[in-house]
Amino acid sequence: MDITSDTHSQHISRQFNQELEELKTHLMAMGGLVEKQVQDAVYSLLEGDSHLAEKVRDNDRQVNDLQLQIDDECTRVLARRQPAASDLRLVLAVIRATSDLERIGDEASKIARNAMLLSENNGNTRGLVEVRHISEHVRKMLRDALTAFARFDTELAMQVVREDELVDDEYGSAMRSLMTFMMEDSRSISSVLSIMWVLRALERVGDHANNLAEYVVYLVKGLDIRHTDLDSLDQKVLKKS
Amino acid sequence: MLAPLTSAQSSQTPVITFAPEQCCLSINQFHLAYAGKPALRDLTLDVPRHRVTAFIGPSGCGKSTLLRAINRLHDLNESVSHRGYIALEGQDIHAPQMNVTELRRRVGMVFQTPNPFPMSIYENVAFGLRLQRRLPKRKRDDIIEWALTSAALWDEVKDRLHRSAWQLSGGQQQRLVIARTLAVQPDVLLLDEPASALDPISTLKIEELIRNLKSQLTLVLVTHNMQQAARVSDYTAFLQNGELVEFGLTDQVFTNPRLQRTENYITGRMT
Repeated sequence: MDITSDTHSQHISRQFNQELEELKTHLMAMGGLVEKQVQDAVYSLLEGDSHLAEKVRDNDRQVNDLQLQIDDECTRVLARRQPAASDLRLVLAVIRATSDLERIGDEASKIARNAMLLSENNGNTRGLVEVRHISEHVRKMLRDALTAFARFDTELAMQVVREDELVDDEYGSAMRSLMTFMMEDSRSISSVLSIMWVLRALERVGDHANNLAEYVVYLVKGLDIRHTDLDSLDQKVLKKS
Repeated sequence: MLAPLTSAQSSQTPVITFAPEQCCLSINQFHLAYAGKPALRDLTLDVPRHRVTAFIGPSGCGKSTLLRAINRLHDLNESVSHRGYIALEGQDIHAPQMNVTELRRRVGMVFQTPNPFPMSIYENVAFGLRLQRRLPKRKRDDIIEWALTSAALWDEVKDRLHRSAWQLSGGQQQRLVIARTLAVQPDVLLLDEPASALDPISTLKIEELIRNLKSQLTLVLVTHNMQQAARVSDYTAFLQNGELVEFGLTDQVFTNPRLQRTENYITGRMT
């Protein structure tokens, strides 16, 4: 039985409705902040804006605080309400999602640190095209995963899961070309290594967005699709519909 | 763990079914009415052996009526009519050759309020045994010790077996009643809200007891406390308006129920 985004607002206890609504609202606020962090981190790198990179590093504390706050709210709901069925799945999905969002925040912070390093070098950096391309891809994945969470949209979530494989391929091919740059010009090794770290961070952001999308499927359908290969995924989800 | 086979009672009712050799009780198209007013409507479900099955549902949904029907407690109520079939280990409990006293020995029942008899702890447990057959005292003492131990009460009462049962606390009285039922070695234990009049610690002791007893017999639990059903039962049946709405593994019913009606009830939503 699939649930909808209205499902959690129909309890006899209005207070419980409100508590679950707040969990969702706060998770979305955290999602919005993390999305902005990734966007700013990538922008600071591409534009060489070290002030913005600094700001991203500072804002990471806000992301961490939000994780603590939302986890605390989830603990209270579990202790006081002993939720069952879709309510329980919502609380579990939110706890898992905050953990992934916090990790995305850390990845944004890593990108910002490398942006600061690269802006000090002030030279021509190879690999920015790859960064731009992959960052657009993973930012779309993150945006879609958060939208899927807000709308309880499993189709959009499944799309994100499928996208992750493409990002992994793009990451692999970008790494190969960056290795070639390093072999061609040993003076570029230090800056190319930084770009590699950035790409690695972006690829991890894609993985975390993929996790978020998996939690949406769990929340809506009660189906745990983690560790399921793509080929059997559609069949599993379709069977449950 | 039993390997349950799933099939549907009707196209709308998700019901878990069991192979005949795994069934202790089989309820088939059972319909019961009080003065013509239906209380159970064509219920079909199997209760698996050596498992805890919980019946949950709102007040008046028929769960206690079903429990009483399994024990034929409605027999003396002339306004009750029923049709359909309840089988205990393959035997129809309403068959003419069924001895009702023997049925009630095989299917013990525990009610919401503990009801020890106004006699000593020892005599309470010995009561059913004395009715059943004459036993040498040593043999009887052994069974009483075994029953009180199984009911997790022996250590608390072994030094005061001949004191009045009414001196025990509510939780101890309820365990004494369970020991009294166990003494006659039933196949099934029906528990109708067994912990709803007890404090949280006594409730946990009863729940622990239920869990331990399932190696010896089949348990059917009626409860309004859904967390209790979730904690102790292996299978959960949700009843509403005398109908079976959903019956499945407790883990599945409480995390991912198949039907919206079940979801609404266990999560406390407006229907």
